Amino acid sequence: MSFEWPWQYNFPPFFTLQPNVDTRQKQLAAWCSLALSYCRHHKLYTLDVMEAQESPMFNNKKIERKLSMEAIQVVFEELRKKGNLEWLDKNKSRCLVMWRRPEEWGKLIYQWVSKNGMVNSVFTLYELSNGDDTEGEEFHGLEDWMLLRSLQALQTEGKAELFTMDDGKGVKFF
Amino acid sequence: MDRFSWSNGLLEINETLVIQQRGVRLYDGDDKAKLDLGVTLLSTHRLIWRDIKNHECCIAMPLSQIIFFEEQAAGIGKSAKIVIHLHPVPANKEPGPYQYSKYSYIKLSFKEHGQIEFYRRLTEEMTKKRWENTPVSQPIPTGTGSQAGKTRAVGIVGIERKIEEKRKETDKNISEAFEDLSKLMVKAKEMVELSRSIANKIKDKQGDITEDETIRFKAYLLSMGIANPVTRETHGSGTHYHLQLAKQLGDMLQAPLELLSPEDLVNACKMFESLKLPLRLRVFDSGVMVVQLQSHSEEEMIASALDNVSEKGSLTAEEFAKLLGLSVLLSKERLLLAEKMGHLCRDDSVEGLRFYPNLF
Repeated sequence: MSFEWPWQYNFPPFFTLQPNVDTRQKQLAAWCSLALSYCRHHKLYTLDVMEAQESPMFNNKKIERKLSMEAIQVVFEELRKKGNLEWLDKNKSRCLVMWRRPEEWGKLIYQWVSKNGMVNSVFTLYELSNGDDTEGEEFHGLEDWMLLRSLQALQTEGKAELFTMDDGKGVKFF
Repeated sequence: MDRFSWSNGLLEINETLVIQQRGVRLYDGDDKAKLDLGVTLLSTHRLIWRDIKNHECCIAMPLSQIIFFEEQAAGIGKSAKIVIHLHPVPANKEPGPYQYSKYSYIKLSFKEHGQIEFYRRLTEEMTKKRWENTPVSQPIPTGTGSQAGKTRAVGIVGIERKIEEKRKETDKNISEAFEDLSKLMVKAKEMVELSRSIANKIKDKQGDITEDETIRFKAYLLSMGIANPVTRETHGSGTHYHLQLAKQLGDMLQAPLELLSPEDLVNACKMFESLKLPLRLRVFDSGVMVVQLQSHSEEEMIASALDNVSEKGSLTAEEFAKLLGLSVLLSKERLLLAEKMGHLCRDDSVEGLRFYPNLF
C-alpha cells in the first residue's frame, strides 16, 4: 500500500515556516504527524538529517518545494519535545524516530503475550522480534534498541522483568 | 574573490569580533579558491579569513561589499555553504590574493558545521550595519604587524572628501524623495535633518560656497518649506500653519500638491481627526505611513484582501497591486496585515513571496 500524503503536502505554504504564531502551530502539528506516519509506513527508526531533507518526506518535487534545514530542525525539536525523537549526536545530524513510543510498544507486546496466555513465560528478545510466533504482529521486526526500551517501560510498570542470559537478553512477563 | 585584500587580521579600534568559525573553505564563485582550509571571522566591520596552518596568510573584506547572501543546504558529500553576493570591486581596493575574478559572489563552505549560527550573526550585522557608525576610513595596510590599530584618513583631504561625498549623496536623496509622495513621507526625518545641515553650512559659509551657490541653496530650502535658512519666522509658528494645511489637504488630495516639507505634511495629517476631516493618518508596523479615508476600516481591507487572494488562488504583492491599482508598498502592507490576522499564509521560495488563503 503506498503512502497517503496529507492535503498539506501539496499546499506550497506548508513548506515555508509561517511567521504567524497560530498558523505556525497548526503547520508544525501537521509536519510532526506527517513525519511520524511516513517513518511508520516505511518502518524507519533512524534518520540522517541531510538525507531527510532530500527525501520525499520533506521534499515535494512535484510542486518544487522543500523544507529548509532551519524548518526541519524546528519540526524535529517539536518531535523531541513530544517524546517522539531522540538525537544520537551533539551535532544533531542523526536521530532516533519513535513513531510509536516505548510505552506504546510495550503495551502492544504485553497485549499479545496475555492474549496468547503466555504470561509467566520467558522469551528471548530475539524470539519476540523475530520469532515465527510473532510474525504478523506489528512489533515483529522491531529494532533491538526499541524493543529493549519497550520492555524496560513494561519493567517499570511491573509487568515484565529483563535479565541477561549466556547468549543474550531475555524477558519474563507477569 | 577579488574583493578581498591582504590583512594582518588585527581588529581596529571600535571594531568588535562577532563570531568565528573553523574549518571554512572559500570558493571563488563556484570554483574552490586556491587557498586551504581556514578560520573565518566576522567582525562588526569586516569578513576576515585566515589560513589555519599558515597564520601569515590572512585576508579581509569590508561588510559594505556585501549585497546579499543566502544559505546553500548541504548535500551528499557536500558541506553546507553560505553564498555571498558582492558589489563590484572598489577602485581603491588594496591588493589581495586575487587580481581579478569573473564571479561577483563567493561561497563559504562549512566543513565543520557552524553555518546556522554564522548565518544568523551575519544577518544581524548586515541589518545593524554597525560599521557605518564607527567607520574605518582607510583599508588596513598590508602585512606590517606593528600597526596595532588606528589608521584613519588623516588631514584636510580626508575631511574634504567626506564632505563632498555627503553632498553628492544628499543631492541624490533630494531628487529621489520628491518622486513619490509615500516615499517622501518615509524620508521625512532624513530630509529635515538635511535641510538643517545645509542651512547651517550657509550660515557658517564654509570656504567653497559661492554667492551663486548660496542663492541656489536658498531656493532649495524655500521649496522645502524653510524660507529663512536660519529660522522659520516667515512661515508662522507651527500650529496655525499646519491647521491651514490640513484643511487644504482635506479638500485637494486629488490635485497635485505643491512641494511641502515632509515634516509639515506629516504634522498636518496628524490633525485630521481633531479637524473632523474624513481622512486618517495610518502607521503600519513597518513604519510606513499612509493617508486613507476614514471609511476604510481594517476589517473591510482584510476581507477584501482575502477575497482577492482566494479568487486567484494565490497572489504576490505585485499582482495584488496591479489588481487593485495600488502601490506595491501599500498592497504588501495589506497582505501582511491579513497574514497577521491569520487570514492568509505565505509561500516563500526562489520564485518569490506569494500569499495564499490560510487553509491550515
